[in-house]
Amino acid sequence: MSGTTTTKVLATYDGYQADFDRLQGGADAVRASAALKSLRQDAMQHFHRLGFPTTRMEDWRFTSVAPIASRPYALGGPVHVAADQISRFLIPDLPGARLVFVNGRFSPALSETKAVPTGVDIQTLGDSLAGGLDAVEPYLGRLAVVAEQPFSALNTAFLQDGALIRVDDGVVLEDPVHVLFISTAPGEAAVTHPRVLVVAGENSQVGIVESYAGLRDTEYFTNAVTEIDAGAGSVVDHCKILRESLHARHVGRMQARLARNAVVLSHSITLGAAALVRNDISAVLDGEGAECTLNGLYVAGRNQHIDNHTTIDHASPHCASHEFYKGILDGDGRAVFNGKIIVRLDAQKTDAKQSNKALLLSDQAQVNTKPQLEIFADDVKCSHGASVGQLNEDMLFYLQARGLGRARARRMLIHAFAIDVLNRIRHEPLRTQLDLALLERLPAAAEEPA
Amino acid sequence: MLEITALHASVGGKDILRGIDLTVNAGEVHAIMGPNGSGKSTLAGLLAGRAEYTVTSGTVRYQGKDLLTMAPEDRARNGVFLAFQYPVEIPGVNNAYLLKAALNEVRKHRGEPELDAMEFMALVKKQLEVLEISPDLLNRPVNDGFSGGEKKRNEIFQMAVLEPKLAILDETDSGLDIDALQIVAKGVNALRRPERSTVVITHYQRMLNYIVPDFVHVLAEGRIVKSGGKALALELEAKGYGWIDGAAAEMGA
Repeated sequence: MSGTTTTKVLATYDGYQADFDRLQGGADAVRASAALKSLRQDAMQHFHRLGFPTTRMEDWRFTSVAPIASRPYALGGPVHVAADQISRFLIPDLPGARLVFVNGRFSPALSETKAVPTGVDIQTLGDSLAGGLDAVEPYLGRLAVVAEQPFSALNTAFLQDGALIRVDDGVVLEDPVHVLFISTAPGEAAVTHPRVLVVAGENSQVGIVESYAGLRDTEYFTNAVTEIDAGAGSVVDHCKILRESLHARHVGRMQARLARNAVVLSHSITLGAAALVRNDISAVLDGEGAECTLNGLYVAGRNQHIDNHTTIDHASPHCASHEFYKGILDGDGRAVFNGKIIVRLDAQKTDAKQSNKALLLSDQAQVNTKPQLEIFADDVKCSHGASVGQLNEDMLFYLQARGLGRARARRMLIHAFAIDVLNRIRHEPLRTQLDLALLERLPAAAEEPA
Repeated sequence: MLEITALHASVGGKDILRGIDLTVNAGEVHAIMGPNGSGKSTLAGLLAGRAEYTVTSGTVRYQGKDLLTMAPEDRARNGVFLAFQYPVEIPGVNNAYLLKAALNEVRKHRGEPELDAMEFMALVKKQLEVLEISPDLLNRPVNDGFSGGEKKRNEIFQMAVLEPKLAILDETDSGLDIDALQIVAKGVNALRRPERSTVVITHYQRMLNYIVPDFVHVLAEGRIVKSGGKALALELEAKGYGWIDGAAAEMGA
């Protein structure tokens, strides 16, 4: 049995290597600088050395990536996508630039690059990397560490395109930038390695909405990496929206570093039907007075497994972190929440709060939730709470006694449970769009279990 | 309107109602009084369709139909309204949104067109004034963070908007000061119609000074042990509930 597995996995590594060789030596390679090729080469070596994680590793105990590791996913090619195919993933009334990527490659036709204020740079990593690594060198790959994270290594090995958003010191970009990654899932199991790099200068402000969506219900794998460097006094508002389709597998990492007095807000909204989702969201509070908020909402239905791993590293004194996650589980949906908070020895006066609440709608649904506090400083305030519950019968009866059918009452209460995560999102058009997406996602979840 | 015959009900295997007979005709106001634990709230919850009660025998007919086989939402759509003793707090559900949804369920059932947000607001505006409810209460989550008085007023406000045929007020007076009680009573009295029946469940006679009943029933140990006119409430007020224990024992004998 293990022999077969090993052979399969070897075929996976061979498949990636073959694609890698084509990437490094193929037609696109002409555009790639020597420095980029070397960065990829280094990452590929780390990927081979690290290999896919297994459930024997503490961080992957409840999440098996065997479905990803057991077969090769091929690099998807450029595919034409019409504007109306992606319209439901756009955010109407949200002003600001939009970068759309199809199967990992930038689509100028679907994108909208508006005039941006002086001091703001929004471009594709493809364009940026073509000129060498100089522009991104101090930031790219500094936070998502290829030597330790196999999926970051794999992403970097196939680094080709993505979004670069840079805001100079003191510049405020009012309108959030929407970065949309579309997978067309053309039938063959395809992989994309989306990459986003956000560099916020000192006292700058910037908002990013990062969405992932699938157009068809065939198998594909998204391996995304986002790095956010938040300069001193900057405010970065990041929202990641997953609306991947059925049979999709998504492994994503958001890694932020906060300098002195920086504020980072992260919203992670997982609404799609994807079979497997692993979100790693990580923030290092690397300067005094930094403040980080991690909000999350996930809906896991039938045949879904959604894993949110968050890490907040209090590396400096007088920093605050607030974490607020909620999950809705239905059918045989599975979820994992792991909230790691590290408080370093000199990170005195740390204020860290964590909460994870899960709503179970069926007897088969299951959630593994774990706070993981590693506190080395002695003058800190840390609180954490986890709850797992069902719909409240008294509330249901109250709504029914007012004439609402039981299914509608359930739906209303499920929505009510979720809405306070969405209410924390600042941009109204985004909130509205997410609410619609949530409502669209709920009907299946509202069915009474038999 | 409502015809309860030899109703026995239990909760968790314990008999709570032990043979209730009660007929409420259209336009009448009936008060049901009784000490704590006599089964008043069980009767109210049972009529609204609360699931935890098991009817062991007896019948309840509402407008000639078997009420007990109807789902709670069907009872509500057919005009049964329970003003809760403890209105449930529902964070995340907007008060106006719920009431509009409730009203449109009722209207749909009656074959009337549903109201949009504008029409709804026009309709509720007057009721808000009668009950001296601040319009911002509409935009808060249902009962969430409401004071005791606000919760009870909100119940009567819902009742005013939904225009039920049979209103059951379960201890609506509890937790209200005299001013709030008068406002609530004014709201209830404004809804009195020849075709609307009201059952007022209360421990104290106080509310019946403001909502004057046509009939008063005394409930003890799951049975109606005495019925009479509004004077009975005053008698209870004067004598307390002590004397009815004997009456209950007599009936049980």
